[in-house]
Amino acid sequence: MEDQEHQEIILTGIGGSPGICIGKAYLVDKEGVDVVKKYVIRDESRSAEVGRFKTAVKKARIALRRIIDNTPEELRQHTQILETHMLLLEDKMLYDRTIDVIEKERVNAEWALKKVVSLVKPIFENMSDDYLKQRAEDITHVSDRIMENLVGADQVDIGRIDKRVILVARDLSPAETSQIQLERIKGFVTNRGGRASHTSIIARTLEIPAVLGVGNATLKIKNDDILIVDGETGIVVVNPTEQTLLETEERREQYEIQKAQMARKSYLPARTKDGIRISVMGNIELHEEVVSVLDHGGDGIGLYRTEFQYLSRPDFPTETMLFDNYKGVIDVMGKRPVTIRTLDINGDKAVNYIRDSHELNPALGLRAIRYCLQKPDIFKTQLRAILRAAAFGKVRILIPMISGIEEVEQTIDLLDEAAQCLEQQGVAYNRDVPLGIMIEVPSAVVTADILAEKVDFFSIGTNDLIQYTLAIDRGNRHVAHLHQPLHPAILRMIKRTCDVAREKGIKTYMCGEMAGEPLFAPILLGLGVDELSMNPQAIPMVKNAIRSINTADLNDFMESVMHMTTADEVQVLLERDFGAVVSKIEPEQQEQ
Amino acid sequence: MKTAQSRTLRIVNDLGLHARSAAKLAKLAGEASGGVWIMKNGNTADATSMLDILTLACPAGTEITVSIDDEADVNTLERIAALVRSGFGE
Repeated sequence: MEDQEHQEIILTGIGGSPGICIGKAYLVDKEGVDVVKKYVIRDESRSAEVGRFKTAVKKARIALRRIIDNTPEELRQHTQILETHMLLLEDKMLYDRTIDVIEKERVNAEWALKKVVSLVKPIFENMSDDYLKQRAEDITHVSDRIMENLVGADQVDIGRIDKRVILVARDLSPAETSQIQLERIKGFVTNRGGRASHTSIIARTLEIPAVLGVGNATLKIKNDDILIVDGETGIVVVNPTEQTLLETEERREQYEIQKAQMARKSYLPARTKDGIRISVMGNIELHEEVVSVLDHGGDGIGLYRTEFQYLSRPDFPTETMLFDNYKGVIDVMGKRPVTIRTLDINGDKAVNYIRDSHELNPALGLRAIRYCLQKPDIFKTQLRAILRAAAFGKVRILIPMISGIEEVEQTIDLLDEAAQCLEQQGVAYNRDVPLGIMIEVPSAVVTADILAEKVDFFSIGTNDLIQYTLAIDRGNRHVAHLHQPLHPAILRMIKRTCDVAREKGIKTYMCGEMAGEPLFAPILLGLGVDELSMNPQAIPMVKNAIRSINTADLNDFMESVMHMTTADEVQVLLERDFGAVVSKIEPEQQEQ
Repeated sequence: MKTAQSRTLRIVNDLGLHARSAAKLAKLAGEASGGVWIMKNGNTADATSMLDILTLACPAGTEITVSIDDEADVNTLERIAALVRSGFGE
């Protein structure tokens, strides 16, 4: 029996932040809140039941106020959401109606609240406006808060965790993450969420491992279970055997040693053995992450995702807010290039906890450049902010989701208009900014020769390119294993893009996850990618891999690769020829 | 329910009636002694509920009618009208 209890279990999810950690689980589960019992209240107890509800709301209000007041300056962007939650707590549609149900139907407060929420939430979920749709999540957060107080569920106060633990939760709301004393957290495991979720971003910023989207983590893991979290492979081991623990400890040590050794030389430029300099850049989401790029030796920002400023607030940010943010990043990066990708909302970039399941096919919907061109005012505000910031450093503009030349032309027109306006208003700006497009829709690869005429660079977004080319939603656990970066179709797509770019005299960059995998570096260099951009943590390892490569030797290898018929074959060949090489620590290189 | 007075207004701020502007409106309406209602294309929302206001989905340019049940609340009505016309001070 005992053995049964402590059997090693392996759970798989999405690697949200690399690294390996071993530690005790700390469950932040809202079980008990899910199961709401219904019972009838006697007539004379009705006012007491209403009183119980009011007390629960009051407690929630006080708790929220305390969180808002205690939120440190750097996380203040979350408090706007919380202020809205404060108002919702006592909104007639929730508060008065719940009291009404208690009194008229003589049911307990929990049931009444649940009933009201189930009536109100769909109204918002079914709205066509994305902003309003997201209010449904606000209602959930608010009602969960009240419900916790009603049920008296052992409320886990994450603010008071007193040991270093691995946090296991269904999902973490912004309110919860802003309460965590992050230095106490060794790692994260969540049921929901993906790489773009809030938890994932926080984990990457703090450089602690996270595995998300596990599905049933909170059911399989109990408090104080020993866990191994591998944020690279997305694997969580529950109750590992002595043997597994030893192996992991060894692997973790090696990983740390290697990381430290690579980090030591990371500030140096990456040159191949035959002296070709490859820029290795960082991808960022929050402007705070820029420090991490420099710490890891990034040569610039290859992808600055600008969605966060839009998603973390109820309205649209102003030009000044955007400008301040962009300028902040540019100031830190100095002469290094900063590639600002314009707004890419909707589709898979929507933060997971506000993800809307009612849109049937968001990845193919109104998102990114399509959305921006439909809302020229919003788009122009961002373009103005970018052009203004460009006066202070080396900025590149990157347009997401381009599927045809018209979108590029319209964007150029809007850029010209924005510049003209700034000129007339006498505001400092720089229109002379390289304009690039994301290569992530197959039609862009096919028409790369047409697109190249109008742009200054390509940047391959492998995540979406793979999703659209192979028709795989990697967020769907049933098909995620088919998301293969080395699929011959993907390699051919990258090759065509690079070939066309070279012929037209423009550069090809890559900012998808594929760029951050050291083992893929020989293939990417062989295909002709000029610059790689990745999560800051991956920069030292990729730089190290580049230093181990002699591009002159790649011709034969690439010849074989392009003749392979499956991703597995390519993987085997890659590991055989480069597996040991790219992970070996390369000796110091002389500056040339 | 009879309407004592009403004002027809246009939403002028870029964001329309979003959470923050709706909250401001609901707070003002909450000061009235009688009912305050917002109508848009035949749909009516309780102006004292931010959620109810949001359900009307009013982007910039929307025309709404704000009405009061009680003549005594005309002052509140005027203040709401001024708030909407000012674009909620945004």
